Amino acid sequence: MENKLERILPDDLMKKYDYKPFETTEIGHPIIQRTAPKVRVSDGDGKVTNDLAKIVKDNVKDGMTISFHHHFRNGDFIFNTVMEEIMKQGIKNLTLAPSSLTGAMNDVAIKAIKNGTVTNITTSGMRGELGDVVSHGALETPVIFRSHGGRARAIENGDIKIDVAFLGVPNADRCGNANGMYGEEAFGSLGYALMDAAYADKVVLLTDNLVDYPNAPASIKQTQVDYVVEVDKVGDPDKIGSGATRFTKDPKNLKIANMVSDVITNSSYFKDGFSFQTGSGGAALAVTRYLRNAMIDQNIKASFGLGGITKPMVDLLEEGLIGKLMDVQDFDKAAANSMKENKNQQEIDASWYADPDNKGAMVDQLDVSILSALEIDTNFNVNVLTGSDGVIRGAVGGHQDAAMAKMTIICAPLTRGRIPSIVKSVDTAVTPGSSIDVLVTDYGVAVNPNRKDLQEQLSDIPGINLYTIDELAEKAQKIVGQEEPLNYTDKTVGLVEYRDGSIIDSIKEVKD
Amino acid sequence: MEIKKTAIAGTLESSDIQVTVSKGNDGIKIDLTSDVKERFGKNIVKTIEEIVNKFGIENINIKAVDQGALDCVIKARTITAIQRSLGTSEEPDWEVL
Repeated sequence: MENKLERILPDDLMKKYDYKPFETTEIGHPIIQRTAPKVRVSDGDGKVTNDLAKIVKDNVKDGMTISFHHHFRNGDFIFNTVMEEIMKQGIKNLTLAPSSLTGAMNDVAIKAIKNGTVTNITTSGMRGELGDVVSHGALETPVIFRSHGGRARAIENGDIKIDVAFLGVPNADRCGNANGMYGEEAFGSLGYALMDAAYADKVVLLTDNLVDYPNAPASIKQTQVDYVVEVDKVGDPDKIGSGATRFTKDPKNLKIANMVSDVITNSSYFKDGFSFQTGSGGAALAVTRYLRNAMIDQNIKASFGLGGITKPMVDLLEEGLIGKLMDVQDFDKAAANSMKENKNQQEIDASWYADPDNKGAMVDQLDVSILSALEIDTNFNVNVLTGSDGVIRGAVGGHQDAAMAKMTIICAPLTRGRIPSIVKSVDTAVTPGSSIDVLVTDYGVAVNPNRKDLQEQLSDIPGINLYTIDELAEKAQKIVGQEEPLNYTDKTVGLVEYRDGSIIDSIKEVKD
Repeated sequence: MEIKKTAIAGTLESSDIQVTVSKGNDGIKIDLTSDVKERFGKNIVKTIEEIVNKFGIENINIKAVDQGALDCVIKARTITAIQRSLGTSEEPDWEVL
């Protein structure tokens, strides 16, 4: 069957999983029934142990769904420690439901797939070797890709039913009160893990830093936690995040960032009290620096900055140019550290951040979002998941969610080496074009034709060269030449959910 | 035209292509390594072959390590490698250029 974006979806799997094809970005006002976890009653004593093997043996059974968070990013030790123990005990057919999978988890995840320990995966994304083996058909069932908001929705309504959540924390007390702010491996916000803590039947904290009871401020609460497992080391602090996110020196990226700033400051959204979110790509990050100057010049302050927080945003907060930072995760140490220093940096969970099925997520209040893309097509559909060789090498992340902003700007160079970023049809549609408003490239700007208002606001502005997106796609193709189509088999290796749970696209096994 | 000695042009920098030509005895042999082989492999080989044909070379071994170079770069590096091999860099074959 085909969905509204004319993406062909596999009939058998759509039926088997009872999925609906993507139709619209409008969520409406449906009544949603949420699920609740089972609770094994405790007075809080006796939760501490250093016997991970026993915890695994008592709680993880064949066929269960287990989860992890990715706040330790490439410095994560928890996933590997727990998965090795699970494999040692010969447990099979698990569904892996982490908030995302980072490079540090790749080798162990591949091993677990190959020996049948893991047979299903749902995640925000995957990269490197893991993306490669999955794209080459290592799993029998397709990986379900969900945005951060989509995962929160799926956990709340029971589409993801987590049996056991293994959550690494840089501190915890003996009853399970924990936060992400203190300790050697502090990473700041626990935003994604808070969903697992609230909805998993069993919550296992793992920490190398047992602190006095009661631990405060607590993000994960003792009311949610079954066990506190002491381990040698939860992660490598040097790999959790760089000291401060490095500013790009790439002149292409700087040019794009400057132009994005021009687009924002010349739009009707640039007024006192506006709000914004930036992605983690090179150009998207640099925008904050240009925006800062315009805010000072025109005496405009932002009410809030949202999403993944970086040092440039913290600088704006400390300068009084942003009122609040609403923080679901921290991309660098400066941002992580700022969470405990600045009372105006509020930790938010993934549901509060981006869940479509609640009583108001922050992305719906967002004025401007600045996001990256691997590819964008002439219908403004964006791919952030599969690379130019068709292999999975990215993550949905908050892309679909942040695109709910009143003005969503995609920044991408026209070409990366010989690979065009602006194409006739994206390899994998992740974020629908109807939620994208402006594309900024190093060659010029294209406005979504359904945004006549923005078209008008941005015309005749020095420094902003407006093109149609078809013109930009033609320009790109003229430079790189005609690409050959990718070769795929009929096997589906991934299904991409839109944030509402409908299917926006499928990913096929690559044929080499 | 005969390739006599091995010659090289280009670097391994991003958006460049390193072309090494050497004596061959079995037609035009091109060994291509490229990150964009799936999308542009045939294109790159065709571009290199066209240059070789313009020189009228019948036997040649070419090793090309591509880092996403555009057509104009591929042509330039191939021409330079062949001229260096033929020792004609100082008196280029203008018809080919």
